[in-house]
Amino acid sequence: MLSSMITLAAAAGSSNLEWFKELVNRFSVPEISLPLFFLPLFVLLLVAYKVWTRPLFAGTLLVLFCVFYFGSMAIDENYRAIVMKPDNVPITMMLLGVGFCLWWGFRQAAINDERIKAGQPLIEEDKDDKVLVWPDLVYTELICMVIAATVLIVWSVLLPAPLESPANPAGPPNPSKAPWYFLGLQEMLVYFDPWMAGVVLPGMIITGLIAMPYIDTNPKGNGYYTFAQRKFAITVWLFGFLILWVVLIVFGTFLRGPNWNFFGPFQYWDAHLQVPLTNVNLSELFWGDLLDRPLPANPYVREIVGIVFVFLWICVLPYALARTVMRKMYEQLGSVRFYVMAIHLVVMAMLPLKMVLRWTMHLKYFVNLPEINLNL
Amino acid sequence: MISPLLNYIRSTQVWNSIFRHGIPRDRRTRVMAVMSNVFLHLHPVAVRKSGIRLSFTWCMGGLTFFLFLAEAISGVLLMFYYRPVVEYAYADIQALRSYVTLGLLREIHRWGAHAMIIAIWLHMMRVFLTGSYKPPREFNWGVGVILLVITMLLSFTGYLLPWDQLAIWAITVGSNMGKATPFLGTGGPLSDMLAIGGVPLVTARSDAAYLLLANTSVGENTLMRFYVLHCIALPLAAATLIAVHFWRIRKDGGISGPL
Repeated sequence: MLSSMITLAAAAGSSNLEWFKELVNRFSVPEISLPLFFLPLFVLLLVAYKVWTRPLFAGTLLVLFCVFYFGSMAIDENYRAIVMKPDNVPITMMLLGVGFCLWWGFRQAAINDERIKAGQPLIEEDKDDKVLVWPDLVYTELICMVIAATVLIVWSVLLPAPLESPANPAGPPNPSKAPWYFLGLQEMLVYFDPWMAGVVLPGMIITGLIAMPYIDTNPKGNGYYTFAQRKFAITVWLFGFLILWVVLIVFGTFLRGPNWNFFGPFQYWDAHLQVPLTNVNLSELFWGDLLDRPLPANPYVREIVGIVFVFLWICVLPYALARTVMRKMYEQLGSVRFYVMAIHLVVMAMLPLKMVLRWTMHLKYFVNLPEINLNL
Repeated sequence: MISPLLNYIRSTQVWNSIFRHGIPRDRRTRVMAVMSNVFLHLHPVAVRKSGIRLSFTWCMGGLTFFLFLAEAISGVLLMFYYRPVVEYAYADIQALRSYVTLGLLREIHRWGAHAMIIAIWLHMMRVFLTGSYKPPREFNWGVGVILLVITMLLSFTGYLLPWDQLAIWAITVGSNMGKATPFLGTGGPLSDMLAIGGVPLVTARSDAAYLLLANTSVGENTLMRFYVLHCIALPLAAATLIAVHFWRIRKDGGISGPL
């Protein structure tokens, strides 16, 4: 019934919005939307958290988001097909959940930060005020459980679990996609080879997360919502989670079509779309464009610029940071903690770096050593 | 009418042998209700009032655990109808859809799995934003990260079992990454270095992807391997670590709050 209503609405309100669709399609390509939309949005989220978390403001944002996100289903069938695909429904729930919880957390952080400034007690401060688990906690748990069970059952009644045609090892679908929660990693394959996007980066996400409590020696903000007291930690963590994980998942699931080509939300997934491969390696840029010489035969000489660059980025940059802009932090943390943090940080920063270089210089690899399967 | 009946039931020997305390109406019996129950005694008897507010915890950890239980129960029921063999797997899923009364099992299992992943991420975000990973809870955060990885692996291995196009190709995309593992994958950087006297140690039949798939591509052996991982190995690992996770919450001072 829901889909027939949307079809009706689509018939009523289509056609005149072509300019809007075209605009959104053009704007949504990663090289425009990431630096010009998602990044500023992320900065605003952190800078103006005391403003946007006000209930009225946040409510307006939610309505705007829903009008754009769900309303667009009425004006475009390509977009509707993507959003209503049963396996993509969890992504919509994830987006709403992350958005709502961000508001919930930052709202309390805003209140707490104001209170800290004014010397008042925190929302969470009630040291002597204990309540018994029975009934206060067990009843909350029971109610949550009943609500969760209801939602899960209603969801299951409304939306049958999809089942595609039987497995055919000879006929891969185009595009072949990993489960949605891994699509941030698959999207990274655009910029890195599988050994980075599928092994090293996820491995370092795990080691970084586990190491985090040992690296973050800031004693403030333990057990209560705050942003003002933990700006660096929250900025880095949320940049990783929101931009490099959630946004990339949305790109990977909603906007990557056949042959992993990029399609705007209102664009038909044309399997025959030809995208010219114009990416070049750093070695080609260096020896060809800069020195105007043929590529050296020895692969290590050929790739020397890239090898030196990666060495500088991963090994020297943390040291340079410790000596300059992060000197204070280095003194606070000590060398082991600092270098564990800094190495994770520069590896994480390689992804945005590679993105920017791809968009501006069409850079394919810093280091291209097919001789030992090492491309970076 | 009902109340005398309830009073009678509560006075029987059977009732009193199960619940060794009176109705939890005063402080003493309420404490007893939590302490003398094996499930409830995961909790302390009293907690900080601000710690259990919904706006502090978002109930996401509890929701994750609830979904784990829902997955376990629906998963066991699904095992009655499913054979992890290439010839039968897909047909069993189809049959489940057509012939099983109240056939919501697969829906609950599948959407519950997606919801569980979302709930874990939000739980982690809550723990992060409240700084609850800080001392003395550093270790428990690490246990939580491993639980996240196990949950994603559970979801990943479950993806293959319906044996449809989505299943095998999603797993193919995922496991192709294994081939690219540095040193340990045939297509990975520096894997040529692992050789003894010119004989390579890392081949298509001995590399990281082969360990995962029990084959060079997704096939019959993979299905069995993923089935066993999905139904036995990973749930056991998860259950064990969940026990550690809950136990450490209490040992580390309960739900976090300002020091």
